[in-house]
Amino acid sequence: MIYLDHAATTPMRPGIWEAMRPYSTEVFGNSSGVHDVSRRAKNALEEARERIASIIGSEPAEIVFTSGGTESDNLALKGAALSGTRRRGVVTVATEHEAVLETTDFLHRLGLPTEVVGVDRSGAVDLDSLLEAIRPDTAVVSVMWVNNETGSVQDLPRIAAAVRERDHEVLVHTDAVQAFSSQDVDVDALGVDLLTLTGHKFGGPKGAGLLYVRDGTPLEPLLHGGGQELGRRSGTHDVAGAVGLAAAMEAAAADRPRFRTEVGSIRDQFEKRVTAGMPEAVVNTPETMRSPHHLSLRLPGIRNQTLLMRLDRAGVAASAGSACQSGAAQVSHVLEAMGLGVDQARESVRFSFGWDSSFDQAIDAAEIVLGLVEELR
Amino acid sequence: MRALVAMSGGVDSSVAAALMRDAGHEVVGVTLKLWSGPHGEAPTAGCCTVSDAEDARRVAAQLDIPYYVLDYTDEFRGGVVDRFVSDYASGRTPNPCIECNRTVKFDRLLNGLDDFDCEVLVTGHHARNRLEDGGWALRRGQDRAKDQSYVLSMLTRSELARIRLPVGEMTKTEVRVVAAGIGLRTAEKPESMDICFVGQGDYRGFLRDTAPEAFQPGPLVDGDGEEIGQHVGIAGFTVGQRRGLGVAVGEPRYVVRIEPSTSTVVLGRRDELSVAGVGLDQLTWTAGTPVTGRVMAQYRAHGEPVPATLHRDRLLFAEPQLAVAPGQTVAFYDDDRVLGGALIADTYR
Repeated sequence: MIYLDHAATTPMRPGIWEAMRPYSTEVFGNSSGVHDVSRRAKNALEEARERIASIIGSEPAEIVFTSGGTESDNLALKGAALSGTRRRGVVTVATEHEAVLETTDFLHRLGLPTEVVGVDRSGAVDLDSLLEAIRPDTAVVSVMWVNNETGSVQDLPRIAAAVRERDHEVLVHTDAVQAFSSQDVDVDALGVDLLTLTGHKFGGPKGAGLLYVRDGTPLEPLLHGGGQELGRRSGTHDVAGAVGLAAAMEAAAADRPRFRTEVGSIRDQFEKRVTAGMPEAVVNTPETMRSPHHLSLRLPGIRNQTLLMRLDRAGVAASAGSACQSGAAQVSHVLEAMGLGVDQARESVRFSFGWDSSFDQAIDAAEIVLGLVEELR
Repeated sequence: MRALVAMSGGVDSSVAAALMRDAGHEVVGVTLKLWSGPHGEAPTAGCCTVSDAEDARRVAAQLDIPYYVLDYTDEFRGGVVDRFVSDYASGRTPNPCIECNRTVKFDRLLNGLDDFDCEVLVTGHHARNRLEDGGWALRRGQDRAKDQSYVLSMLTRSELARIRLPVGEMTKTEVRVVAAGIGLRTAEKPESMDICFVGQGDYRGFLRDTAPEAFQPGPLVDGDGEEIGQHVGIAGFTVGQRRGLGVAVGEPRYVVRIEPSTSTVVLGRRDELSVAGVGLDQLTWTAGTPVTGRVMAQYRAHGEPVPATLHRDRLLFAEPQLAVAPGQTVAFYDDDRVLGGALIADTYR
């Protein structure tokens, strides 16, 4: 199999599983317990928290372990909007992940002031509209750093600074799930108050994520209970998951220079070959603002669900960008927001490369894609 | 052979996939996502729900065949739902399941076979499709009580050549036995009866939500044209309807005619429902050649066939028939063989 769906999830990097294993077996304790096996678990958990904090430039206490990106996005938005201050509103962008858009819609249905602003054809958020949407009761502005479907990279430091300049009390949240593999993450340099990460997008475990919460940020928990995570996220800790998350973050952060150049040129090689063989193919994101491992490609005249079926049979795993629970390829709201028509969105396929991708795979996959395009036209 | 199996999540299509696989064919399972509610929300009922796709997916996993959900929601909305609504709004009695077969399921999947790199399309319909004297012949299913050949009567002979209906050779009981024998999780699953996109069997509520313009008040008149009441919209009525007319008169009254141009619903006695013949539209010759003369005609999915005579686009019943309405499909049979089918364009007395 040639796996080109790393934006959906990735295989674990070497050593991660082994690092996690003891915390589901010998060191199985509940990290809140009062005996040795629990203390050892608690110790591993806090060590993981410290390692993570040092990677993203935060304090350990600013890390809230969650079950992943969706929970972190929910916690950031609901937690900020429902924290009991006079600031209850959410401003976000049309190309966000469903975890942000659906949460925003939920808050809207609760009667909270919400605003979703558009993007231009390149996928860049319209900064003026974003700033204009901020009201005196806006609690949080949420802007995804790297888009999961197109790989569009927003100028997050500039956006965060502009939001802060407009209203220094507004919180800035970013879903950085797709960014971590390629972007240096430093919460102060970015100027964000809330930041979402999840382990499985960069070679870590599924079900293990975090929300960075800047010290002093008012936040209502989603999960009330035993008061774990300083009351911000109750529930018995997934110590193995936290350890795996920390190990994967270390490995991915250390691998970034290689990732940016090598994985980037593997992606470029694939793109070059496909577009050379099919000159009418269109890359949906401009090169200047694209992450190194995403490729949203429109193949005119080819319906994506058919191509994906054929690719699967040929041993190439790719996707249409997002899928509903039934698994049907849906028309991408991201591409629609960028101005593509429904038919154009249906001709678009997402190829996403990862830490384990190789040049040979890119070359083989490009040949397979071109062969199928020839057949399907 | 590479076979594309349309899997609904029900027992028939599950067994169809299993039989094809066990016969040594390379099988690919697909479920069509057709509907996500009038306003795009999650589906609630019928053959296109997430839970049915989940059943089909699990069956496919059990059979170890690749499985995909294909999105045809736009085609379904345009070809089936909008048509269903506009048919009711114009006083016709549509059969959306036949329309779906014709314009979405068979049309899209047969046209897509090459693209999917498959040679035949397999469904779980109870009808027999056999090679006879050098051509494909569609016949009633082995299980006469479950026969679905009526809804397939709009298929052409060249389409039949690329369709396989393995469960049509079995009774429903045998299908369930096969399903249980290979441990299929859908073996005991009850059959779905509702119109899939309507849910809970309430198609009038659906019409009211989807096409409020089809609910213009108008007169209820008797056969002499005398007004005997008012109604809230012709979309709430079908020819032959007796209940819920909103008028109380001595003897039973039925809807005998709907006149959309004046939003008039004409009521009458049972014998006024009788129809001597019908005009036909969209004639399809399933058996390959146009048929004239004596046929057996069936105009309801679970109705009995009646003797009739075909003259080009006219069908004359040997005995007058009750409750035949424009928009219905009529299938023509010679014994158990489907000769063709058509839509009823109009009726005459």
